[in-house]
Amino acid sequence: MNAQPPLLSVRNLTVRPGRTLPPVVRDLSFDIAPGEMLALVGESGSGKTMAARSVLRLLPAPLMPVEGSSIRLKGSELLTLSDHEMCKVRGARIGMVFQEPMVSLNPAMQIGKQMAEALRLHHRLSDAEIRDRSLAMLERIRIKDPAKCLAAWPHEFSGGMRQRIMLASVMLLKPELLIADEPTTALDTLVQRDVLDLMVELTQEQGTGVLLISHDLGMVAKYAPSVVVMQSGIAVEQGRSAKVLTAPAHPYTKSLIDALPRRAEGGSRDTTARPALIEVQGVVIDYPGRERFLRRDPPKRAVHGVDLTIGSGETLALVGASGSGKTTIGRAIVGLVRPSAGAIRYQGHDLLQAGPETARLRARMQIVFQDPYSSLDPRQRIEKVVAEPLLLDKAMTAADRRDRVRAVFEEVGLPWALADRLPHQLSGGQRQRVAIARAIVRNPAFVVADEPVSALDMTVQKQILRLIRALQDKHGFACLFVSHDLGAVEQVADRVAVMENGLIVEMGTRDEIFDTPQHDYTRRLLDAAMLIDRSFGAVMA
Amino acid sequence: MLRFLLTRILSAIPTMLIVTMAIFALMRIIPGDPAALMLGDMAQPGQLEELRARMGLDKPLPVQFATWLGNVLTGDFGKSTATGEAVLPLIFERFSVSATVVLVAVLFASLIAVPAGMIAAWRQNRLSDVMIVGTATLFLSIPSFWLGLMLLTIFGLWLGWLPVVGYVSVADNLGDGLLYLIMPVMTLVMVEAGAITRMARASTIEVARLEYITHARAKGLSERAVMWRHAFRNAFAPTWTLIGLILGSLLANIAVTETVFTIPGLGRMLIDGIFARDYPVVQGCMLFIAFLYVAVNLLVDLIYPLLDPRVTA
Repeated sequence: MNAQPPLLSVRNLTVRPGRTLPPVVRDLSFDIAPGEMLALVGESGSGKTMAARSVLRLLPAPLMPVEGSSIRLKGSELLTLSDHEMCKVRGARIGMVFQEPMVSLNPAMQIGKQMAEALRLHHRLSDAEIRDRSLAMLERIRIKDPAKCLAAWPHEFSGGMRQRIMLASVMLLKPELLIADEPTTALDTLVQRDVLDLMVELTQEQGTGVLLISHDLGMVAKYAPSVVVMQSGIAVEQGRSAKVLTAPAHPYTKSLIDALPRRAEGGSRDTTARPALIEVQGVVIDYPGRERFLRRDPPKRAVHGVDLTIGSGETLALVGASGSGKTTIGRAIVGLVRPSAGAIRYQGHDLLQAGPETARLRARMQIVFQDPYSSLDPRQRIEKVVAEPLLLDKAMTAADRRDRVRAVFEEVGLPWALADRLPHQLSGGQRQRVAIARAIVRNPAFVVADEPVSALDMTVQKQILRLIRALQDKHGFACLFVSHDLGAVEQVADRVAVMENGLIVEMGTRDEIFDTPQHDYTRRLLDAAMLIDRSFGAVMA
Repeated sequence: MLRFLLTRILSAIPTMLIVTMAIFALMRIIPGDPAALMLGDMAQPGQLEELRARMGLDKPLPVQFATWLGNVLTGDFGKSTATGEAVLPLIFERFSVSATVVLVAVLFASLIAVPAGMIAAWRQNRLSDVMIVGTATLFLSIPSFWLGLMLLTIFGLWLGWLPVVGYVSVADNLGDGLLYLIMPVMTLVMVEAGAITRMARASTIEVARLEYITHARAKGLSERAVMWRHAFRNAFAPTWTLIGLILGSLLANIAVTETVFTIPGLGRMLIDGIFARDYPVVQGCMLFIAFLYVAVNLLVDLIYPLLDPRVTA
């Protein structure tokens, strides 16, 4: 036992809405030593965010910690402080950074004002001094032209920059504890790495303890020495990350670790000899500029001349950061975007030429979108969602359609009992199954899967990836798998193409790309990907 | 910023042009020949052609439109066929009356409704919220003419506190002018505050669940600072659009209230013009009201970037 009390000590924390409803956090206890980082890990609904918000006493309305819960900061109880005293703790002694960089800064307030606000509140400083400190901090986090940044609005920055700025404004007050709620979930792999490294740098400089909330085991393994694994509000396992994540004792922790994408045994399938199904040649895609009054902004080139072929039955993964043009290529192949130059062919037939044959072939190509929450019509019952593509086939009767839909439901693992539900009555994983069912209901030869699992929980991701693979094995359709998640790619891809700024910089079989990357950008991507087995090396085997 | 201002102002021009065409077309579609109407039943056979030629009605329609548009642009709205007075000065005179009522009403409605809506949102589902929303919905559901009549009955007839008929300009006699303003303004405030309250509440609720509000709390700001410094401006932006629309539509639809309270405003002028078949007056009023509507909304758009800097991007 240390003589010195821990920085944060949470004991028997139970949070429930009102008196009668079941708790969302139950009997949670953990300590954070000064300067240490602890991660709360779990899937959505595990209560990790609510546990963290309890520390700042910022729970949404009916939720509150029940009697007997205790949260101590350096030995002094926070739960019994008056609202006024609590305001003095927030920001000054405990800082918090949030998940969504697009909505966590006030869009109607300049960056400088937002940075100054907390400083002015908690310290007696002159305006000049506040400005100096803000400038120094922006310089510290390597923002170009800090003075200009102070006068800028949040919408002028990218997500990664905003996240850095938020981190800077919170660390400006030198808090003793930083709560980071999924701080990089919404960011690209490379940016994610940057922001996390910066967070670690700043907190170590100032000796700040960190409570990290994350669903990403790879990130936790890399950055947090201790971990608490939560499931339905209960801490099922806690301890040193190196131990919990390599030798999990609880079945839930095991299932989380099992759910991490892993390369299939036996090396990549050799698909190079297969006949080409889709050929993309010299494709250039421009997005028209924004329509202004009596003029138009110049078009923006998203794809600068891309060549690729996809063999029948093969999975080609298209990898890259957001804005690299990977999604645009997928959309162009299925005909949602029209290239300004180049050719796209399906078994030799030019898809850019309009005509009945093109229309017929288009029906052989389908797409599964990223966000199952917005890709299904909220007013359509899911049987109808899946049956809709069949309406194109005039020969089918209503009974035929129903039989076919039923068969597809079974293939994607959706119980028929859900058929007359509306999309909002389903879980994220079920919705993505509906989207997949809609894509395969007419037995397509080619499916574009555009980030199909990035909106889902880890264990669900695993199931969906397995489902796609199983369906592919059974029906033999080819797949363009668009993703920024190298873990998922490693699991499903036969070949991988890496995109940067609208160009394919490297293409090869999965094993070539992952084991012997040639291009510098590919190496940086792989390096930044927090794959758990890389963090703990051989221990994972 | 300058470019934003310029494009917004320029884009109002085609709107106005379409409006003038619509008004011109409407006036020609209405059955009956203005010249024949002016002459009445006693006209001599030759007089009609002569008057039509004098009024330019014998020329092709595009020429008529161009002539009329040219006159309008130089400020010549024609003369009232009933009284012979120039239409434009008459419009200005009547407009000042309508504008007094409407501007005061919208100002009060906003001052009451915006804070009420925000407080309701902040105390969502608690008693104060239910009461504010209940009151707002109640007033929203009452037709303004009925509310006006009830006010007249209660305060004018039963209690005798306020004058029932007529109007005195505040410019002529401040005290009396204000007395005459109270009831019409109250009617409009009650009806319009309901809509504004609901809008302010809805947009505040929307904003309140965003992360930057929690972020503001996590900085240690008091609830009041969070609400006014962070929520207000963002929540007010959509409400501001609504206030602009209300202002525009009140100016256009004030006729009912003006009739109930016998106020000599623009709306009454339009209605009287219609009954008298006074084409230049009707045409002028419609054009002026349409212009007001466009101008108010343009003004709202121009102020919007101050509330939400993202719109200029």
